[in-house]
Amino acid sequence: MSANTHVFTGGFSDPVFQSQSVFRMLMDGMARPGSVHAVEHDAGQPDPLGTAAGAIALTLCDHDTPVWLSAGFSKSSVGEWMGFHSGASLTREKAEARFAFVEAGAALSSFGLFSPGTQEYPDRSTTLVIEVAALGEGQSFTLSGPGILQSKSVEITGLPEAFLRLWADNRPLFPRGVDVILTAGRSFLCLPRTTKIVA
Amino acid sequence: MYVAVKGGEAAISNAHRLLADRRRGDRSLPSITIDQVAEQLGLAVDRVMAEASLYDRSLAALAVRQSRGDLIEAIFLLRAYRTTLPRFGSSVPLDTAEMQVERRVSATYKDLPGGQLLGPTFDYTHRLLDPSLLSDEAVEEPARRNAGDEQIMRVSDILAHEGLIEADGELPQDHQAGDLTREPMEFPMSRDLRLQALARGDEGFLLALGYSTQRGYGRNHPFVGEIRIGEVEVEMDVPELGFAVSLGHIRVTECQMVNQFKGSSKAPPQFTRGYGLVFGQSERKSMSMSLVDRALRAEELGEDITAPAQDEEFVISHSDNVQATGFVEHLKLPHYVDFQAELAMVRRMRADIEGARDGETEMKDAAE
Amino acid sequence: MDAAEQTLPAEQAGRRRCVSLLAGAIAGELHAAWDALKDKPETKPVRGPETGLVMVRGRIGGGGSPFNLGEATVTRATIALASGTVGHAQALGTDKQKVRLAAIFDALWQEDATREHIESRLLTPIENRIAAENKAKAEETAATRVDFFTMVRGED
Repeated sequence: MSANTHVFTGGFSDPVFQSQSVFRMLMDGMARPGSVHAVEHDAGQPDPLGTAAGAIALTLCDHDTPVWLSAGFSKSSVGEWMGFHSGASLTREKAEARFAFVEAGAALSSFGLFSPGTQEYPDRSTTLVIEVAALGEGQSFTLSGPGILQSKSVEITGLPEAFLRLWADNRPLFPRGVDVILTAGRSFLCLPRTTKIVA
Repeated sequence: MYVAVKGGEAAISNAHRLLADRRRGDRSLPSITIDQVAEQLGLAVDRVMAEASLYDRSLAALAVRQSRGDLIEAIFLLRAYRTTLPRFGSSVPLDTAEMQVERRVSATYKDLPGGQLLGPTFDYTHRLLDPSLLSDEAVEEPARRNAGDEQIMRVSDILAHEGLIEADGELPQDHQAGDLTREPMEFPMSRDLRLQALARGDEGFLLALGYSTQRGYGRNHPFVGEIRIGEVEVEMDVPELGFAVSLGHIRVTECQMVNQFKGSSKAPPQFTRGYGLVFGQSERKSMSMSLVDRALRAEELGEDITAPAQDEEFVISHSDNVQATGFVEHLKLPHYVDFQAELAMVRRMRADIEGARDGETEMKDAAE
Repeated sequence: MDAAEQTLPAEQAGRRRCVSLLAGAIAGELHAAWDALKDKPETKPVRGPETGLVMVRGRIGGGGSPFNLGEATVTRATIALASGTVGHAQALGTDKQKVRLAAIFDALWQEDATREHIESRLLTPIENRIAAENKAKAEETAATRVDFFTMVRGED
């Protein structure tokens, strides 16, 4: 039995409209890669999960989407909290995960073990939600690809070191490949698999 | 030429209003309530739940009323409703051995532990229309008799003691129960997925296929080992609690069909089995399901596939009446453009043929 | 679930019985028990009440590998008392009010001050009612049991 009562706290106060609002932002974010959005509703997530990551978890995850957590999240009550409020089960197999949540500063060695989907069902890939220190400040990157008129510049602080190399390896898999959502506190931006990133 | 048109909103709206009127019928008669449908047309409600693949008596009764008693329409309504709900999880597999039995018969053993319990059956009625039901005559309370506490043993367990019947179907240890509501169907499919499809399959379709096996199209020599109807507990693991708890009870019908025996140089001869399990009280459906389940095991059991009931792709692809009615009934929707295209083609072909024939006639005339 | 019952510690087995009986309660029983409660506790909704589905599983051949039979509607609720005690409830069907009350009674059952009251006022009557209903159904079914009479013996 879980004695951990803060697992039960939080959740959207108005689940239908709040998750719809976050979902709409995510759709816009995926349609306009690199655009920064701020989540208005606090889902009361436990540390070290950020506000945006918590709201995204409750919006996108459910009983049918196994979730993989990075080591830092695994040690916390994040998994139980997500399980209670979204119904999602945790998996230790990256390939089974529909969503993966990575805490700030965690080392990323490869996207290869996450599911890139199949040629018939490229949508069955893992979406990674990666926390970074800040969006809208820090190192500048140039994005291009579908949804971006010519190019767009974004500033990110604390992007994992290996990210650009991993992202470059992800693009040739198209139509397969993982999608990424970068979160920083309340803010997030989306990087669908079609987006090119240059430092 | 193609001309885009729109229209019909007023006609559609008035048609729905007319439907509501006809559904209500004669206003001088009392309107039927959902409880009345659930209580007095219980087997229609059971069929809707089974084929909609959603157990909820009240909602199924509402669907029956809303559809004016068109059960496939009711099934469609309930299926559509289920797609609006999130799934919380899967139950612990039902334990039908622990059923609170309301009916239990076996055609293979006369005296079996727990006895032959006829329950609320149509069997042995004379199928004469009963004029007493024209009026609201009082109905007797059921008779009672001391039940004792003899366990109502499953027939398959009796035969299993002697090793004369194959074991309950076991799939490989690491096999995850497939779910056709989550993953697109692929053939060949495993027996668990087939049973899920059959459990929601159309009763009439499965009845006809089961019948066809008896008439020789994939004969497998069936006996009803046991049919049992009753309530079983539904339990679900609740992560917050850390153990499984009861969610309540549902009524199901289970059929164990015992089929022709089979042996080889390695295995001594033993009976094979087909299995049926259906929501609600639905004996005909569970029997048909078990016949078709057994027929579809032809490949597994090394039998020749010669009959429709043994053809997995054929049976499973056509057993769902919501899919079937959708595709058949879509034919009544406007196909004006398709038809115009075909009409133009037929006219052109005829013109070509007539042109050629006129040409020939002219040539002939000229020759004569 | 006999095996699970045996392995559960006493406290969990008690909670399991409580939660399962509350799931089997009729709405009227819960409303009556709530109305009879002198000090109505303050409660905070934690999750739900919300209606969803449980995929009901059967076993191939009755005892073999699991398969998905079909879904059932289920409603669940989680509430917290002012003391912080969290109550859970879930039951087949779509009755949100009933399940919300069941969650409150589950929380009250966990508090020493109210457990006895919940046991005697609610759980025992539910248990007795269910037992009586099951007995009646079993007796009605038993009356339809066939008693065979031997007419003629075939051997000679």
